[in-house]
Amino acid sequence: MEHIRSHVLICSGTGCVSSGSKKVHAALQEKLAQKGLDKEVKLVETGCHGFCEMGPLVIVYPEGVFYVRVQEEDVTDIVENHLYKGRIVERLLYKEPISLEKVPNYSDIPFYKKQMRMVLANCGHIDPEAIEEYIALDGYQALGQVLSEMKPEEVIEEVKKAGLRGRGGGGFPTGLKWGFTRSAPGDKKYVVCNADEGDPGAFMDRSVLEGDPHRVIEGMAVCGYAIGADEGYIYVRAEYPLAIKRLKIAIKQAMEIGLLGENILGSGFNFKVKIKEGAGAFVCGEETALLASIEGKRGMPRPRPPFPAVSGLWGKPTNINNVETFANVPQIITKGSEWYAAIGTEGSKGTKVFALTGRINHTGLAEVPMGITMREIIYEIGGGIPNGKKFKAVQIGGPSGGCLPEQLLDLPVDYDSLIKVGAMMGSGGLVVMDETTCMVDLAKFFLTFTQSESCGKCTPCREGTKRMLEILTRITEGQGRVGDIELLETMARNIKATALCGLGQTAPNPVLSTLKYFRHEYEAHINDKKCPAGACAKLAGYNITDLCKGCSLCKKACPVDAITGVVKSQHEIDQTKCIKCGTCLTKCPFKAIIKG
Amino acid sequence: MSNQCKCNCGGKSNAFTQLDEILSKYQNTKGALIPVLQEAQSAYGYLAREVVDYIAEKMNIPVSQIYGVVTFYSQFHLNPRGKNIIRVCQGTACHVRGAKAILKAVEDNLKIAAGETTSDLNFTLETVACLGACGLAPVMMVNDDTHGRLTPEGITEILDKYR
Repeated sequence: MEHIRSHVLICSGTGCVSSGSKKVHAALQEKLAQKGLDKEVKLVETGCHGFCEMGPLVIVYPEGVFYVRVQEEDVTDIVENHLYKGRIVERLLYKEPISLEKVPNYSDIPFYKKQMRMVLANCGHIDPEAIEEYIALDGYQALGQVLSEMKPEEVIEEVKKAGLRGRGGGGFPTGLKWGFTRSAPGDKKYVVCNADEGDPGAFMDRSVLEGDPHRVIEGMAVCGYAIGADEGYIYVRAEYPLAIKRLKIAIKQAMEIGLLGENILGSGFNFKVKIKEGAGAFVCGEETALLASIEGKRGMPRPRPPFPAVSGLWGKPTNINNVETFANVPQIITKGSEWYAAIGTEGSKGTKVFALTGRINHTGLAEVPMGITMREIIYEIGGGIPNGKKFKAVQIGGPSGGCLPEQLLDLPVDYDSLIKVGAMMGSGGLVVMDETTCMVDLAKFFLTFTQSESCGKCTPCREGTKRMLEILTRITEGQGRVGDIELLETMARNIKATALCGLGQTAPNPVLSTLKYFRHEYEAHINDKKCPAGACAKLAGYNITDLCKGCSLCKKACPVDAITGVVKSQHEIDQTKCIKCGTCLTKCPFKAIIKG
Repeated sequence: MSNQCKCNCGGKSNAFTQLDEILSKYQNTKGALIPVLQEAQSAYGYLAREVVDYIAEKMNIPVSQIYGVVTFYSQFHLNPRGKNIIRVCQGTACHVRGAKAILKAVEDNLKIAAGETTSDLNFTLETVACLGACGLAPVMMVNDDTHGRLTPEGITEILDKYR
């Protein structure tokens, strides 16, 4: 038998692949063979570690040494020094951004220290294309347990007691939903996994599917047994080719060894899973639209009731849950509802995976217990704001969510507390913004998105979001009128109350929450025709401060001769001539020109 | 309905051999329209009127209904597309990290606007709401390759690889 003394894990999630991890893998393979180490060192391509900012990531076990931003040319060093001579390659270690201290060990890195990785436990640690590795870490034990020891009702009861709520955004109690589908009359029922992760700024579902696909399949099979379904569909975005590939492999492997298919583990329970590729429509994340899309129709939502639990796919009772929800199920079964319910807050149990992005040092995925504060997520896990800029707001919940200001950073994050302050959990995207982001422009950005994704079925969403967008556009272009803010508020309230589906009902949230916490920015745009963040191009004005040494570089660079002044004294910009191109700002060697 | 091939093969091959294979694969599948359209598009590059008509006839679905589906989803295209598809992400994370400037740099480089195809049919430029690679923002995809941590200055170098 071969004796493997070291495992080298290379992240092959989408983030690391685009930073060059495939090349690193090939180079490692070549170098190990060249050195004759290929029999004793095993290379493993894993799923996402969630620390995409630092990719490509390479981890060497048994030491657990964590190398970041590894490139092809670093491979020789890793093989010759670390794997051959046992010397850690210091220059590739992670450096703490503030103290600049090097941290060799995976578990000591602040990004991971505060996390509680349950759903993401295997991501980055196993080969997602090998079912044996999932099984070795207790995979499919939950399925075995429910099939041999539990009645379907007991499974539902266990999920209810655990307090698991839908991770797709709504936060509906999962056990309750399963119960409705189980008790709905009908012989044929379906399980559907919503993997149409369309929220801009969210990529946790992608990482779970790419890094640990079997966990989701097992969760679906447990659900199938509990509600009495023998068929499941996973609806995946076509923009996620790697997730689709790994899911296909996972389903095939599970079929081959009898963990999916007919008479699973001799229990008489049949369950198969099919993949449906989405075709690019955000609204398909809404459950009734998603079902229409699986049926081959335009993905337009329909009024509920009847809920899918009663009449779903092809009119049959259907249970729809999100990827992360299903991924939570196996551990609830194996470790028990009591264990699970002990994590989190009163109303929100377990953990939540957040996608940290935007103006933050550590972008990536962070799984934390419910109830942790936003400040801990942003500053301790996320490492704070880069380039010495000031925190301004965090946007949570994608186009359906809201922006939270500095004073709400100590808010414990759970479903209910977020709703109270005008945001929502959504899928868990956290986009951090610093002082250079204009909140009116951001609201306009989200509305542009929902407006173009509106399916057009109901008038409030189709027409209402368009009118709101027109108002926001004119505000950012300096054409805002007195009364626009009030008009936006009225329209937002009406759209929320009357739109047909979740997309329309939540579309005004980014406008309402920015109006609530950053009203002064709207007022500055409308009354003073100024963009305080200096982000709205048509409102930006340039001014020369007293830092000016009178070098006249700006004067020479200005394409419209708007700058006047004599050498060695402070220059001036004629605002009527200025075309706001920004050339002077880039030319000034003394940082004397400011925008705003 | 005429299914005659409009390419330069001179009628030697049946233009729809590939399409027939796709259609027979999904013959007994419920809700197969979208997968059929997806595979037809990947076989022919886009959904030409003849292709849509042929699918309508074989699947017994009105052309109007297929047209409704095709125009609903952003993935489907009724016009020829470039050899290389560029998708510049306009998601939130990319937006706050300067996606607008990236799009402009690509537009300037290719001398086309988003949604257009270069006259030599080498590039089609599109925007996408989110590629889910937010950790590397700003991002764009060229075909199946994801390029992250983009700067406007670095765009030419990336695009030159596909020229």
